[in-house]
Formats: sequence, C-alpha cells, structure tokens
Amino acid sequence: MKVKHLVLRAALGVLLGTGAVVAPAQAQEGIYVPLMTYRTGPFATSGIPIANGMHDYLSMLNARDGGIGGAKLIIEECETGYDTKKGLECYEQVKSKNPVVTNPWSTGITLGLIPKASVDKIPILSMAYGLSASAVGNDFPWVFNPPATYWDGLSMILKHIGAKEGGLDKLKGKTIGYIFFDGGYGREPIPLLEQLAKDYGFTIKLYPVPVSEMQNQSGLWLNVRRDRPSWMVMWGWGAMNPTAVKEAAKIGFPMDHLVGVWWSGGEDDARPTGPEAKGYTTLNFSAVGANFPAIQDILKNVVDKGGSQVASKDKVGESHYNKGVYNSVLIAEAIRNAQKLTGKKVVNGDDVRRGLETLNISAARWKELGLAEFGSPLAVSCTDHNGHQSAYLQQWDGDKWVKVSDWIEPMKDKVQPLLDAAAKEYVEKNAGWPKRTETCDKAS
Amino acid sequence: MFYREAGQFKTTYESDQSVFPIRQDRIGLAIILVVAFVVVPLFGSSFLVNAVLIPFLVFSLAAIGLNLLTGYTGLLSLGSGAFMGVGAYACYKLTTYFPGVNILVWIVCSGFFSALVGVFFGLPSMRIKGFYLAVATLAAQFFLEWCFLRIPWLYNNNISGAIEVPTRTLFGLIITGPNAAPQTRYLIVLTIVTLMTLAASNLMHGRIGRMWMAVRDMDIAAELMGIRLLPTKLTAFAVSSFYCGVAGAMLVFLWYGGAEPNVFSIDQSFLILFMIIVGGLGSLLGSFLGAALIFILPIILRTVPAQFGLPIHAATVEHLTFMIVGALIIFFLIVEPHGLARLWQIAKQKLRVWPFPY
Repeated sequence: MKVKHLVLRAALGVLLGTGAVVAPAQAQEGIYVPLMTYRTGPFATSGIPIANGMHDYLSMLNARDGGIGGAKLIIEECETGYDTKKGLECYEQVKSKNPVVTNPWSTGITLGLIPKASVDKIPILSMAYGLSASAVGNDFPWVFNPPATYWDGLSMILKHIGAKEGGLDKLKGKTIGYIFFDGGYGREPIPLLEQLAKDYGFTIKLYPVPVSEMQNQSGLWLNVRRDRPSWMVMWGWGAMNPTAVKEAAKIGFPMDHLVGVWWSGGEDDARPTGPEAKGYTTLNFSAVGANFPAIQDILKNVVDKGGSQVASKDKVGESHYNKGVYNSVLIAEAIRNAQKLTGKKVVNGDDVRRGLETLNISAARWKELGLAEFGSPLAVSCTDHNGHQSAYLQQWDGDKWVKVSDWIEPMKDKVQPLLDAAAKEYVEKNAGWPKRTETCDKAS
Repeated sequence: MFYREAGQFKTTYESDQSVFPIRQDRIGLAIILVVAFVVVPLFGSSFLVNAVLIPFLVFSLAAIGLNLLTGYTGLLSLGSGAFMGVGAYACYKLTTYFPGVNILVWIVCSGFFSALVGVFFGLPSMRIKGFYLAVATLAAQFFLEWCFLRIPWLYNNNISGAIEVPTRTLFGLIITGPNAAPQTRYLIVLTIVTLMTLAASNLMHGRIGRMWMAVRDMDIAAELMGIRLLPTKLTAFAVSSFYCGVAGAMLVFLWYGGAEPNVFSIDQSFLILFMIIVGGLGSLLGSFLGAALIFILPIILRTVPAQFGLPIHAATVEHLTFMIVGALIIFFLIVEPHGLARLWQIAKQKLRVWPFPY
C-alpha cells in the first residue's frame, strides 16, 4: 500500500498546486514583450533559429542600450510547439501582463488571435505570414504583416521563373507544381496561383503535404516524377522542408527549378541533403551572415556572455536566425516610434499599434541600426499594413546560401485586388466586424 | 472522523439507492457547484477561466463521451477527436445557414450529427471487437480528418481552410466570438457540462447503462439474458459521439473561437483516451479527474517554476511536461489501473476510519 500513499500524496500536491496558478504573476517595471516560440515538436528545426534571433536581438538592446529609450524590455518566451491550442493558452497567459505586441509565429494561432487583437488592444505582428488580407489596414487596424505577403512572395517567384524562361509569356503551356504545407499557411497562395495560371496560360499541379506526412513524401515525389512539372514552387515549414529537398534530389529533379518561399530557406532545410541540394533556390527578405555591426553586438553582448540559447556561435547569422532578428528590429522600431509619438517611456499595446503604423525603416535607418543592406527599405502606413517590399533570391551552393538576384518587386497590380477582395470577404463573413475607429498618425 | 456516515439511516429504498447516499458527499458536491457557478465567475481571473477552466470542462465532457463507450460498454474507440470535429463543423455549417437560430440550440443539435456519424462507424462493432474495432474507429478518425481538410464546403470555401466563429448572442448578451466575456462563456460551458453529466449519470444508473455494462462484462452472457447486442452497441456509439460532438462544438465556439482541421487530429483522440485511462475507466468522476490531470498538470508545470523565480526555459518546461505526463501514465497503468477515481475511493475509505484504522 505504500505506493498508493505516494499516489495520494502526489494527487494532493497537484490539487494544492492548482491554487498557485490562480495568483497572477506580478508585472515588473518595463516594456513587456512576450515571444511565442517553438523549440520543440516537428517544426523545431525552423522554430529554434527564429526564436534565438528574436530573443538575442532584444537581449542585445537590453545589454547594450539598457532597453529602448531608457525603458528595459522584459522578454519572455512561451512555448507553443506550433500548436494552436497551446498558442491560445500562451496568449491568455501573457495577456494579463500588458504585452505591447504579440508574435504568434504560426498562421493558425494568428487566425485565432486576429479577432481578439482589437478587443484586447494588443497589436499582432505576423511578419510575412498569417492572413494576407490583414495587410488592409482599414479593415485590420490591429494586425500587421510586413514586409511582404505570401501573395507578394508568389508573384516574385513567378517573376523569377518568367525571367529564367525568357519572359512571362513563355510560361504558356508549361506545368508548374506547387508543393505546400496543407494548412492555412500553404493554401493561401492558391487563389493567386490560379489567377496567374489563367493570366499566363500555364497549368498548375497541387501537391499538398498534410502535417502527419511531412516526413514521408516519397509517394508525393513519385507523382512529381510522373507529372514532370517544369518548375516546383514550395511553401514548406518545419520538417517538411528538408524532407522535400531530399526527396527532390533523390528523384533527380533539377534543384534550381525548385523554388521555395522565404520560410523554406533555412540552412537546416538544405544542409541535410548536402551537395545534392546545390542549386535549391528560395526567397529571402533579410540578409544572411553575421557581418553586421548589430549582429556583432549580439555576439559580444549576448552570446559570449551566455545569454543566448544558440547551440554554437556559427549559428548566429544564419538565414532563419536573421529573420528572427528582423522580426525583433520591427518590434524595437515600433516601440521606439511609439515612445516618440506619445512621449511616454513605458508604452502600451495601443501606443505600439500606432508605432507600427508609422513604421518607416529607410536604407539610412537600416545603416543607423548597424544593419546596412540587411533588408529592403520598409514603410508601413495606416492603409497598408504590409508594405509589399521586395525580396531577393538565394541559392544553396552546397554549403551556404548565396544571394543570386537583386531585390525583386512583387506584382502589386495582381496582388492588391486579391487582397482587397479577401479583406472584404473576411469582413462580410464575420458579421459585426468592428469598423476602424483608430485615428491615423503622421509618420514621424 | 470527519467523513463518516454513522447515524445516517436510510428509511426508504429510494434514499438507499440514491447516487450519493452519504451526506458528506452531497454537501461536498453542493460546495463544488456553488464554487463553480458563483465564486469562480465572480472572482476568477481571466486566465483561470479562459485558459484553465473552460478547456478543462470541454475536455471533461469529451472524456465522459469516450468513457460511455470505452469504460462502460467496453468498445475501444480512437475516433473521439474526429467525432468532436463533426460536432464543430456541423455547428459551424448550421449557424452559417440559419444565423437566426440561437447558437446554443445548434451546439446541442450538432451532437446529433456527430451521433449519426458515430452510429455509422459503429456498425462494424457487431462483427469485430477489441483491437480490430479500435482499427475501425481509427479509419473513422482518418477519414473524417480528411473530410475536414479536403471538402471546402465544410469550411465555406475559406482560403485558409479554417473555420471562424461569428458573434452570436443570448438574450442580448454576447456569448460567442471575440467580444464574449470569458465569464459568460464559462457559465454556458459549465451549465451544458453539468446538465449533460447529470443526464449521463441517470443513463448509467438506468436500464440502458446496465445493458451497456452487461455487454462490457460479457457480451455472450448479455445476449443470452435477452439484450440485443447491435442496438445496445449502436446506442453506446450514438450517445458517446453525441457527447463528443457537443464537446467539439463547445471547443471551437466557446473556447478557441476558430479552428483548423488539425485541431481534431489523432492526437486529440489519444489525449482523451489518456484522460479516461488516467482518470478511471467506467467512472464519470474519473472523466473529470483525468481531464484535470492531463490538461491542468502541464499548465501548473509551466507556471509554478516561474512563480518561484526559477529560470527555466520555455522549451525545457515542454520537455519536462512530456516526461512527467508520460511517466504518470505508465505509473498509473502499473500501480492503479482503475485510475484516479479508484484512488479517490481508497482515500474515502481511509478517511472513514481515520484516525483509528482497523
């Protein structure tokens, strides 16, 4: 019976522990920036470098400058595992501590949070993911998705394919395969892809990859071999990316004809395949490498002092790490703008929303931040919460990513009508969607 | 000493046969209900209500649903997640077609759709048993998940493939959508769960429940006693799926506020199965205890170290949670296969004779 006593005691302990949950944690003085990250689960390969990048840049600001504008940043990670349920739980957990912005890092969680943002007065920064339509600031005053939407990304890839084929009109009669993560994330580009297929006369083949099949794509790539598409476009994330690259190499698909979106362009996506992945191309909107003063500051102030969770120093400056840094730059700039606009030191969610709406990072400002040429100049406005900025193409040389193109502009004329229609549809479907009442600030 | 029924004499058969024959139990239950209905909505923090209690109640209802089938009728099902999904999608379709009808009506009605699907996939239970039936329900799980993903009609051709919850009201009070107060949603969930638990309890103490248990204990003997197996098993599937369906509709409409198909994946089915295994097969109380342990324990593990100022990384906590929950499941399977409900019974017995055990 001894063991059973133990069980009883353990059960009692659990009951007592429940009481502890009830007491909310005390908020410290400072600006609270929660980071929803995932270092576990099937998406950890993509999630870890991004989490490190986000965390380290903000820690660096704390260590180097004592925060932003004299206010310390309170950084806290919440593990979501890319799971919507856990993400919403994280959100509830951080909500009481007055977060100034949320970064869901999952399209599913973003979709769940969009209706809540205006109610709780916490802006959402879903950097180049989430709901494309949320770029329409008049309908989604609390949601931001700079620097580019998935539709922008797809149009850039199409431009690249057109350029390689010798003009977009040469696409007529060709087949383009689209391999995508079968969820909100991968399905968003399909309407634009269908539209472009009609406009340019190519046919599309869809290859959905369900979450459960991410690491089991051999059947799918056999179909690819049979269908013989001239190009493959990929919208992958997590364990899906390295698997797809490996399988593509295995069937002998010409790697430079496999083009991924920016989320498929991590080092760990191409590296496991080794030299065979040479030629694999993806979009990217932030530079790769650690040769930036700001990233050197991260190394000096955070990584060398043991304040980072990166596995080794050479992971700093990798493709996804730098996207995490990019995300944190946006947060930091928004907070800085908010401080300027309000004159307050410790800003709140509403102020940061205004800060995000006046976000304007010019080439000169990138340089000031110690990140010259890190990203293309970015400007967000009250009506345009995205910016539709350019991205570039990077190619895997068997060892690292190499920039192979200039900044490519998205086809704004094709994307904007779709965005407006999608935003309109969202508002119509959600009867009683609040009208924008937030005033618009002049850019500072 | 405190928990002793000495002096509580039963003078009628009715009182002798009641669900809670001991006065202390009745008082305890009354206190729990008062706390749940009055104290929590008045004093509970938004985090407690929104992220702890609402999901706990929703999972409890789903666990009751599976327990009716697995614990009481002895039919193992791995499709409870999918049946929850049927409820959620049915509710979504119904409320988009008939937005004028009160959402609560649809949440309950969606259970009937789920029951219908459950009966259909329960048909093989006539011929197959045990592991083989589990595989048949697994087929239901995969097929339904595929439907949620691939039939655009189910999610109104939404580009993102997700369903979103519209704002609906009850007597002018907003009860679904982002503007609904957590307390309102909590009270609705609590009311539905309480009523359905009461219904389940009555069902179990009546003819149907006894038929189920007879089938569970030995189906040939039950058949010889005149219980028709097919209708009995099918009602078990229907009622179980009904409960799961209502839980699924509540999950999306009163908790998430929107859902992607992968919410109703096989993981969800396993989670509910773990809840009833840890809580106790064939026990309504066990369904609640199991849901509490499996769902609330990770939240405690996540928050408690932070309360004491221990710097534990978010990912480490996640790994710890996995290990602890896994260890607990194995521990329970070895030490107490009847789950937490049985532990509670043992504890009750000990309290009765305390402090002079004999």
